[in-house]
Amino acid sequence: MRKLAVWKFASCDGCQLTLLNCEDDLLPLTDQVEIAYFPQATRAVAAGPYDLSLVDGSITTPADAERIRQVRAVSRRLVSIGACATAGGIQALRNFSDIGDFSSAVYARPEYIDTLATSTPVAAHVPVDFELNGCPIDKDQLLTVITAFLRDSKPDIPSHSVCVECKQRGTVCVMVADGIPCMGPVTHAGCGAICPSYGRGCYSCFGPQDTLNTRSLAGRFAFLGMPEPAVARTFRTFYAAAPPFATESSMHSGGGR
Amino acid sequence: MTSGPADAGEAMGSAARAPTGGMPPSRDRGAPTEKGTATPPPGTGQAAVGAPVITDVAGLQTVIDTLAGQGYTVIGPTRRGSAIVLAEIGGTQDLPQGCGDSQDAGTYRVTDRRDEAFFGFAATPQSWKAFLFPSRELLWSGAAAPGRLTVTPDPAPGKPMAFLGVRSCDLHAIYIQDRVLLGRAYTDPRYAARRADAFIIAVGCSDPSSTCFCVSMGTGPAPSAGFDLSLTELLRDGRHRFVARAGSERGAAVLACLTAPTAGPDDLSAAQAVTDTAAAHMGRHLDTRGIRDLLYASADHPRWDDAASRCLSCTNCTLVCPTCFCASLETVPDLTGEHLTRQRVWDSCFTSGHSHLSAGSVHGTTRSRYRQWLTHKLASWVDQFGTSGCVGCGRCITWCPAAIDITQEAAALRVPAPHDPAPGGEPA
Ligand code: SF4
Ligand code: SF4
Ligand code: SF4
Ligand code: SF4
Repeated sequence: MRKLAVWKFASCDGCQLTLLNCEDDLLPLTDQVEIAYFPQATRAVAAGPYDLSLVDGSITTPADAERIRQVRAVSRRLVSIGACATAGGIQALRNFSDIGDFSSAVYARPEYIDTLATSTPVAAHVPVDFELNGCPIDKDQLLTVITAFLRDSKPDIPSHSVCVECKQRGTVCVMVADGIPCMGPVTHAGCGAICPSYGRGCYSCFGPQDTLNTRSLAGRFAFLGMPEPAVARTFRTFYAAAPPFATESSMHSGGGR
Repeated sequence: MTSGPADAGEAMGSAARAPTGGMPPSRDRGAPTEKGTATPPPGTGQAAVGAPVITDVAGLQTVIDTLAGQGYTVIGPTRRGSAIVLAEIGGTQDLPQGCGDSQDAGTYRVTDRRDEAFFGFAATPQSWKAFLFPSRELLWSGAAAPGRLTVTPDPAPGKPMAFLGVRSCDLHAIYIQDRVLLGRAYTDPRYAARRADAFIIAVGCSDPSSTCFCVSMGTGPAPSAGFDLSLTELLRDGRHRFVARAGSERGAAVLACLTAPTAGPDDLSAAQAVTDTAAAHMGRHLDTRGIRDLLYASADHPRWDDAASRCLSCTNCTLVCPTCFCASLETVPDLTGEHLTRQRVWDSCFTSGHSHLSAGSVHGTTRSRYRQWLTHKLASWVDQFGTSGCVGCGRCITWCPAAIDITQEAAALRVPAPHDPAPGGEPA
């Protein structure tokens, strides 16, 4: 029996819901896997160490920075899941501003807030065995990852662009045929190119693909009439703090961060 | 793993059905050519069968009905949203009547022709490759018990397909894929079966787009062989008609259902005029003289850096190219590990996985990936398959989100580099 643990850090919990949504798909695993720690699903807690830890959420507080080390210490394999855990998530927008300004604008007593100046991915704190992208992650990819780790093999998760999936499903390119800016060419596959199939541009909720060229795509957005601040915002969403996107957005944000 | 240009891959089985006409494509392909002029497999209608006839819209509908009655799924152009795509059609009412297109690097728009034409547009976003070599295909499924794997091959493909409106560039692309998938030591049995069944109705182009260059590649604009039927659409004097030729016995049998009159000299010269006008309106030109040697000599040309600064490494050019055949093989186990499927999916030399070996990607930079694409298309393809890998359809130009143009990139290589590095030297 392998022990599976699911840990939550700063996140919306959507990626954990993806795991819960696997429901029936997970039933065949009940004799292979014990869900040893998963507060969102069960109150039962089995002691570590764990064979596979799935980590959802980013590191945003000093306490979490310490807790992720403990999680690593009790995990044979650690997989970070989702935009928060792999890139800092939407809350990494704080990385481009002053956290003190936010705290005092939002909270009556900001001095009670004990937080870090940045939201960072798990891999910035501890070694990670695999990063699964997506906001939220894709259910089938999650099952692929779990299956692979149960067999001690490498998950077959392609890191190429969304355009590959878009063409594979036979969608007509919205950027070429409709002039709609699309992040697909710089975005990691995994969603199955949903947005273009509904006539919208990709928003990059799966983060950077591995052979990307943000400079060229930003130039194309400008050619399609997108104003500079909008180019900055387009690269500053779910994966704002992923290094290639952070670099690109900073080049369009009027000299600021 | 990718089954790529130098690697037939395990997707290919051995028991291929022969293509149309009962003969496998010839391995003896004659002198290599730097144009995309692959010859059709023997027996696929090298010459017209019977005299050309003249027919009308009702006659075209009869052709569609006859093929449907013979059990074919008829696939043709139809308007879907912002594009004219290839999909199953029920009759002439589904054709994109009055639609034209306006294409340029990185842009495509459907236009209103203000006439009756069914075929008054150029290349569709995808080619017939999407049907003959689909983007994802189940090769086999299996059940694993300890020490034992039982494989169930995927059942043979379903209904035969009839393709209505195959342009000459795409016909040549089909012959080229025949060489790749059928003309080597291992053939792809699924492709072979679909190809043998496919009934091809070619259409002569009337309105090439600004990204077309079939004349440069020697592949068009008029279909010359390898079809079952060939149509030229005429819109003169307010009469919507077609000059139709048969290119095979089964094509002739379908035409015989029309009881259409033999085309007269006026009709034939009108059809010739359509071709001549199309040939005179090529939007682009590719100078193929010595292009194979040019590419090989240009491995260190600085233009590759320039292209790499624009290229998104997004794969669109390769996936819309009607001749590109790269695919990867995925083994997908279920959670229990007791069942698994083996699938072939389109891949591209623009992904890092395509050339991934134990020490990483052979093509680790976009410079190297773009060079691989252009060099394979225009040079090493000639050595590998005896023709160019490009038929001049222009799709890679139109559907490149970064507006990169194969004809411009190839032309730029003819301009000597300002500081030409020594041959074989390290790239700057
Ligand atoms: S619509 Fe977007 S994802 Fe699809 S091919 Fe075009 S750029 Fe790529
Ligand atoms: S290389 Fe481009 S123009 Fe040539 S056949 Fe392929 S898609 Fe068409
Ligand atoms: S150019 Fe096309 S066929 Fe050649 S390696 Fe690239 S994807 Fe494969
Ligand atoms: S040449 Fe264009 S379509 Fe091809 S990978 Fe580069 S950006 Fe994408």
